[in-house]
Amino acid sequence: MKNMNHPEHLFYTKSHEWILFTDDTTAKIGITDFAQDELGDLVFINLPEEGDEVEIDQVFADLESVKAVSDIYGPVNGKISAVNEILMDEPELINSDPYGAWFIEVSDITEKMNFLSAAEYIQFCEEEKELGH
Amino acid sequence: MELKTPLYDHHVALGGKMVPFAGYSMPIQYSTGIIKEHMAVREAAGIFDVSHMGEAIFEGPDATANVCRFLSNNVTTLKVGEVRYSPILNHEGGFVDDCIIYRMANDRFMLVINASNHEKDMKWFRDNLFGDVELKDRSEDIGEVAIQGPKSTEILARLVSDEDIPHGFFTFKEKVLLAGVEVLISHTGYTGETGYEIYSRREDIVKVWEALLEAGQDLGLIPAGLGARDTLRLEAGMVLYGQEINEEITPQEVGLGFFVKKNKAGGFIGKEALDNLPRPEKIRVGLKVTGRGIVRDNIKVFAGDKEIGHTTSGTHSPYFGYGIAMARIDRKYSKVGTELEAEVRGRRIPVEVVKLPFYKKAD
Repeated sequence: MKNMNHPEHLFYTKSHEWILFTDDTTAKIGITDFAQDELGDLVFINLPEEGDEVEIDQVFADLESVKAVSDIYGPVNGKISAVNEILMDEPELINSDPYGAWFIEVSDITEKMNFLSAAEYIQFCEEEKELGH
Repeated sequence: MELKTPLYDHHVALGGKMVPFAGYSMPIQYSTGIIKEHMAVREAAGIFDVSHMGEAIFEGPDATANVCRFLSNNVTTLKVGEVRYSPILNHEGGFVDDCIIYRMANDRFMLVINASNHEKDMKWFRDNLFGDVELKDRSEDIGEVAIQGPKSTEILARLVSDEDIPHGFFTFKEKVLLAGVEVLISHTGYTGETGYEIYSRREDIVKVWEALLEAGQDLGLIPAGLGARDTLRLEAGMVLYGQEINEEITPQEVGLGFFVKKNKAGGFIGKEALDNLPRPEKIRVGLKVTGRGIVRDNIKVFAGDKEIGHTTSGTHSPYFGYGIAMARIDRKYSKVGTELEAEVRGRRIPVEVVKLPFYKKAD
C-alpha cells in the first residue's frame, strides 16, 4: 500500500471517517487519507446545516468524485455546531489535506461508536485493499 | 480469470488503480488523478493503454461483400489506408456493436471492436459469414496504445519520419518502424482531440508505450486511465456501447443516422427493419447540469412532474467544471435550451438541454 498518513491522535471508523475530539463532547469529523485516495478527485460535497442532528450510522453528507458518489456516516450522536463551508467551493482541499479539511464540528455528543485507533485503522485498510484484489 | 495487457506491470508501477473491465484488469486512473489526466489530453497529451480492444480481420475475395453486409456505413467507397466509423446492426436495427474499420488492402479489412462485445461480435460474424472469406480474431495478438492531445503529432514526429505520420484525419500508415517495432499508426481517437491510435504485435506494445512516454515527457505527456477516457469521450459527445447504445437502440435514436447508408448497393443487416421503423419517439440529447451536483447514468429525467426519459452517461466535466450527461428523452423536450430536472438520490437537480458535442476542439 502506498504511503498513507493516519495521525495517531485521531480516532477512525470502518466507514473511513476520522474524529478529532477538542473536548469530551465536541469533535470535528472528516474523511481519511485512505478514503480520499480511493475516491479520487473530489468535485462536490453536500453538507448538512448548523443545528442539524448527527446520528451514529446515519448519512450526514455526501461526496462526489469524478468517478462516484459516496455517503458519509455519523460516528457520534450530537448536534452540528459548525460546518466547513469552504469545502462547498473547494472540495479538492479534501484530496490535498484530508485531516485539515474537516466537514462538520459536532457538540453535545451523547454517544460514540466504537472507534478504531490509528494502528487498527491501518490494519483494517490493508485488509480492505486485499479483499478488493 | 482477469486478463492482463502487456503493460500491466507498468500501470501498477505508475500508481494505476486497477479495476476489472471487459475481462481485463485495467487502470481507471494513475496517481495523478482523473482531472489532471483529462486536462493533459485537452492541453498537452495523454497516453492510454487500449490493448483490451478487439480486432477482427476479414480477408479474401468476398471480404468486401461481407463487411458491407455487417456494417451500416459504406465500405465500398473506403480507400486503402482509410478508416471509417460504423455501427454493426442486428436484424432488428439495434446495435450489435460499433467499430472502426481499416481497409488494409482491397480484400483485407480490420475491424476494431469493443472489448466488452468481443466474444459476441466474433460469434455474430462467424454465424453470418458468407462466400470466400477468412475471418481471424487477432484480439489476443495485437496491442494498442492511444496518444491523444494537441501535442501528440509533435511527440510522434520525434519517433517517426513525417511521411510515416498519417496526417489526414481517419487515415493510417502501416508497417511503420517506431522504436524498432513494426506498428500501424492511425489518426483516430476517442477523446475529441487530435491524436493517434497505434497498433503492434502484443508483446511489442511495451516498447511503443515506453518510447512515446519518454519522447513526450517534456511536452507534458502523461499516462491516462479509463476514467479520463470516459470523461473525455463524454465531453466529446461520443457514444459508448452499454451506455448510449445496445441491441435495442437504433442509430437514429442516438443521432448516428449519418452512419447508416440506406441506399448503398447490396444493403446491410438491419436495413429492412430500419426501413419500417417510424421516426423515433426518444432521442439522445446533451444535458448541462445547471444546479449543484453530478448527474450520472440511469438517472430519471423530468419535465415538471412528467418523467420523460433517463440519462445514459453522466459525469463531472473536468474541462467545463460542471456536470454533463447524455440522456434518452422524448423528442418533444429535446430542443436546445429546454429546462428539465434530473432526480438524483431523491433530490431534483435542474438541467438544461444543450447541443452535442459539449466540447469541440478549435480547428
